[in-house]
Amino acid sequence: MTTIYVLWLRQVKRYLRSRPRIIASLGQPLLYLLSFGFGFGAIFAKAGQGNYIQFLAPGMIGMTILFTSIFSGIELMFDRQFGFLKEMLVAPQPRLLLMIGRTLGGATTAIFQGVIVVVICMLCGFRPTSLLGIPLAFGYMVLISVMFTALGTAIACSLSDMQGFQMVMNFLVMPIYFLSGALFPLTNIPVVMKFFAAIDPLTYGVDGMRSALIHQGVFGELVDIAVLGGLTLAFLAIGARQFSRIEA
Amino acid sequence: MIRVEHLTKTFGEIQAVRDVTFEVGMGEIFAFLGPNGAGKTTTIKMLTTLLRPTGGKIEIDGLDPSTQQNEVRKRFGIVFQDPSLDDELTALENLELHGALYEVPRKTRVERSESLLKLFELWERRNDPVKQFSGGMRRRLEIARSLLHVPKIIFLDEPTLGLDPQTRNQLWAQVKKLNEEERVTVFLTTHYMDEADRTAHRIAIIDHGTIVAMGTPAELKQQTNSDSLEGAFLALTGNTIRSESADSAQSLRNMAQMWRKKR
Repeated sequence: MTTIYVLWLRQVKRYLRSRPRIIASLGQPLLYLLSFGFGFGAIFAKAGQGNYIQFLAPGMIGMTILFTSIFSGIELMFDRQFGFLKEMLVAPQPRLLLMIGRTLGGATTAIFQGVIVVVICMLCGFRPTSLLGIPLAFGYMVLISVMFTALGTAIACSLSDMQGFQMVMNFLVMPIYFLSGALFPLTNIPVVMKFFAAIDPLTYGVDGMRSALIHQGVFGELVDIAVLGGLTLAFLAIGARQFSRIEA
Repeated sequence: MIRVEHLTKTFGEIQAVRDVTFEVGMGEIFAFLGPNGAGKTTTIKMLTTLLRPTGGKIEIDGLDPSTQQNEVRKRFGIVFQDPSLDDELTALENLELHGALYEVPRKTRVERSESLLKLFELWERRNDPVKQFSGGMRRRLEIARSLLHVPKIIFLDEPTLGLDPQTRNQLWAQVKKLNEEERVTVFLTTHYMDEADRTAHRIAIIDHGTIVAMGTPAELKQQTNSDSLEGAFLALTGNTIRSESADSAQSLRNMAQMWRKKR
């Protein structure tokens, strides 16, 4: 447990000491929330879909957690580049514990960011339908953050240089975000998009949070929790396997 | 303390280490010298469990690193060729993290951190982030960190690279003091021949993955009729400049990547 704790603490300390990173990573959700939320709000209401800020807020929270989690996982590449990875790999500890410690640390920073975005959304007019849904939404935030940090770790173990990071952002993270239904309802979309949304892990996170916070879920909470839980375990297993094979 | 027999490491077609055999006794300072890309770092990585040998046998304090990895890891400390500190953490936090990873009891790690930071003259800066440290301070902190869990062996992979002469002298003086007072076995690599000459009890010279000579500094000089260790080194390894397109860590990664693809 000490190993997991010290590596978790390291990630959290690094996050809290990097104020530019905190501020920079909030810029994107804030921009999306203001431009899309207020820009498309009137059209969304005219189409009979209700308040767009209410609809958009869970998507923005999901987006923030997705980006921060993947980045936290991929930070492993920085550890490799700047040498700290070797310090971890020669430590007399099972690699599984090292991986879990890093992942939980990364997931915690993503949850911090997600909570800050919840506050920003509320300042922009977002109101959860029931307060009882907030703990459940928090549970979804935890699942999304652990799942994507583990995915980021698995990816970082497989990439040999930093140039691969941009490829991951363009061909994995952005499609995951745009196809998740964070910005638009998943009803009345073409079948092809429906298919991609259905195989997108973030879809179930956003849907779950939407269901918990504003009672507008599509798949049902059981499906959301089952898919997220299963994928979190799967990505953790893949991340652990990849991490156990990594060479400094 | 260290026994290596017929050690080999290949990455695809490239044979980085070939049939290397040597022994290092307890309390000995052993220098492992060679030109760039000769196989020094690859050998250290195998000795320190970071790479699996392709063939041969390694024994560290009587243990087999391939089957008793964690037991072996507890017995050595290492200062890598490239920096390996967390720049965002303070000096004390870096030691604290290392101590926890090596399961040093809390009370002991607090006491030992203090004594090591004082020994390496970093105590006054213990709460400063490492990113504010000079190259010499970082190196001293890395050596302090490698000693926190009271290892029997310390591996120093080019620890004085890029440091000024004053810092290099101070660093080697501290290493010798540790060797004499705590009987720590030292396995080092360096490109500064004068340092190896002054510090090491015995030296092995590796080139193209093979050990080409081994003995005390005086023996190597005598063997090659040279006045200096540098002369002996050049006589044994030649004057040709070795081409290296990337730094050794990167080239090793490239080789490893190639190796993975081939598998």
